[in-house]
Amino acid sequence: MKKIILSLALVLGMVSGAHASGDTIAWDKAPNKTNDLAALQNGAKIFVNHCLNCHSAAFMRYNRLKDIGLTEQQIKDNLLFTTEKVGDTMKANIDPKQAKEWFGANPPDLTVIARSRAGHGGTGADYLYTYMRTFYRDETKATGWNNLVFPNVGMPHVLWELQGVRRPIYDTVEEHGHEVHVFKGWEQVTPGTMTPLQYDQAIGDLVGYLQWMAEPAQNTRVRIGVWVLMFLLCFTFIAWRLNASFWKDIK
Amino acid sequence: MAEFKEISADASAGAKLLNWVDNRFPASKLYKEHLSEYYAPKNFNFWYFFGSLALLVLVIQIVTGIFLVMHYKPDAALAFGSVEYIMRDVPWGWLIRYMHSTGASAFFIVVYMHMYRGLIYGSYRKPRELVWVFGCAIFLCLMAEAFMGYLLPWGQMSYWGAQVIVNLFAAVPFVGPDLALLIRGDYVVGDATLNRFFSFHVIAVPLVLLGLVVAHIIALHEVGSNNPDGVEIKGPNAPKDANGHPLDGIPFHPYYTVHDILGVSGFLLVFTAIIFFAPEFGGYFLEYNNFIPADPLKTPLHIAPVWYFTPFYSMLRAITSEMMYALIACVLGGAFLGATRAKLAPVFKAGIVGAAVAVTLMMLSIDAKFWGVVVMGGAVVILFFLPWLDNCAVKSIRYRPDWHKYMYGVFVINFVVLAYLGVQPPSAIGERVSQVGTLFYFGFFLLMPWWSRLGQTKPVPDRVTFAAH
Repeated sequence: MKKIILSLALVLGMVSGAHASGDTIAWDKAPNKTNDLAALQNGAKIFVNHCLNCHSAAFMRYNRLKDIGLTEQQIKDNLLFTTEKVGDTMKANIDPKQAKEWFGANPPDLTVIARSRAGHGGTGADYLYTYMRTFYRDETKATGWNNLVFPNVGMPHVLWELQGVRRPIYDTVEEHGHEVHVFKGWEQVTPGTMTPLQYDQAIGDLVGYLQWMAEPAQNTRVRIGVWVLMFLLCFTFIAWRLNASFWKDIK
Repeated sequence: MAEFKEISADASAGAKLLNWVDNRFPASKLYKEHLSEYYAPKNFNFWYFFGSLALLVLVIQIVTGIFLVMHYKPDAALAFGSVEYIMRDVPWGWLIRYMHSTGASAFFIVVYMHMYRGLIYGSYRKPRELVWVFGCAIFLCLMAEAFMGYLLPWGQMSYWGAQVIVNLFAAVPFVGPDLALLIRGDYVVGDATLNRFFSFHVIAVPLVLLGLVVAHIIALHEVGSNNPDGVEIKGPNAPKDANGHPLDGIPFHPYYTVHDILGVSGFLLVFTAIIFFAPEFGGYFLEYNNFIPADPLKTPLHIAPVWYFTPFYSMLRAITSEMMYALIACVLGGAFLGATRAKLAPVFKAGIVGAAVAVTLMMLSIDAKFWGVVVMGGAVVILFFLPWLDNCAVKSIRYRPDWHKYMYGVFVINFVVLAYLGVQPPSAIGERVSQVGTLFYFGFFLLMPWWSRLGQTKPVPDRVTFAAH
């Protein structure tokens, strides 16, 4: 029995390292804010104001925001701008054809983006947290922006007014006889309306919201799971004793 | 017709009702034959939980599946959205969906354990050949069921996984492209494919699966269960009590029902822990890419099947044109041994050599991709023949020569390594390892008639080994 468990653990350990290969830069760890209602509400506000112009969240209903502590009236007053109803899903107003023309691709739906972007570098939230904080000026691109985790990205830096303009600094290192550029840090070219710390917090809130939106039941599920496991532990104990009392006759 | 039984007028209403039914339907008879008087060996161990667990998972899949179908839309334009609708807007939909998606992986874990049990204790040996064959057919059905079910969420992995696998059929000589077209119903995987896979997934395959499960259990109860010692408890020489019941057997109900309840609760602890705390299971039970809607114009960088198919997928990828020379060498070597060493009539020997030459010519002329498909299919089909490949004098691993244990150990490690390589992107070293692994996998089975006879077996006891709990 012990052997079985050990070998299973070994197998799982081996498999969990399954995805591995080089990406551009390491992903920063996103703060987990899916239980922080104030952060989620702020994230929802940033999302509706900045992201929803081009990106939809076509499987997410506005009134689901009640789960993060907003009332229906608050949603109507603060987050619905045009003719949407509170029971509608979050659809962007952008015309897909124009979007394709402007950015080279349709802006992806963001409902489950935090789940789909997980990978060997970390969770989907980590990816998004890094992505939203590594835009830089690149005049060679059509939009004038580029990104460190998503090179040649079609999306411009929508939040540049908040963050300001930054430039990555590279170190040139000799490696196996080749000169390689290694990312070292950032240089602030022009300041934004937020300090870097404020910006990181705002993005943390936004990513927390995206993470929550990708699976609104995620915290419910964990809470219920604890009760289910406690019940099953009791049940296992009873099953174990029941089994023993039947089997004591078998010689 | 059976004798019509009268019951005394004083009997209770329940007894009267049962008597009425029993005179028209063998309710009590079935109950006795399959539960209260089905005698199973008393020395079952941990490995014997997995049969009943497989049945439990089957029921979970069917029940959760029924509820999923109530909200799911088999339409390429709506499928992805309907799954998200289940996950967010249907009350408790997320739980039902996670139970179903985790259940798919749990099914394979449980069935792999169940098959491994059969393998090490010789449960496929005479007279249980048909139990094993039905079981292999169930495994095959399960693979079809899982493959077609995986298309339904209509995510990127669903789509491209199906695209890759269906395209394999196009490698069949002559009829390949038409066959692939027949399966897809279109030139690429599309709405037509989704609809037919849905139909197969919810109706056709489950019907066959249920029929096979019934056949599996009827066959088992006809011949009686094997046990970790491989000792026949119901044989002509087996000790029996005064009532003619096997001394080493105990009624399935209540002893094994209560025992299996313990197994079920242990299983549910793990199963629910995954459902509630890690339903994606690190991207193995629900792949991250599958949260992106299917896009026929955007091929993902790395397409890997779900983990339970990866050992077989690895063997498929191992068959390169280079590997074909190794396989040809194996065929010719086998034919040479057959022609020189086997005790056969010259006609048969000529037949062997002729067949080997024909196969070699085919191997040289047909694309390696096709042989990859043959190898992948063969890796499953070969399991059907196991009862006739094993020539060991004893059934159970307990009384086989010690080195057999290492043989089975290496087999398991090899299987796990192949599974691991199947989730990895292709690499030169991984390809080499998977080629060696493929040769070992087939060597294990094809050479079994020879190696299973070697070595000194240990004496098999007359009675099962059992220590009271």
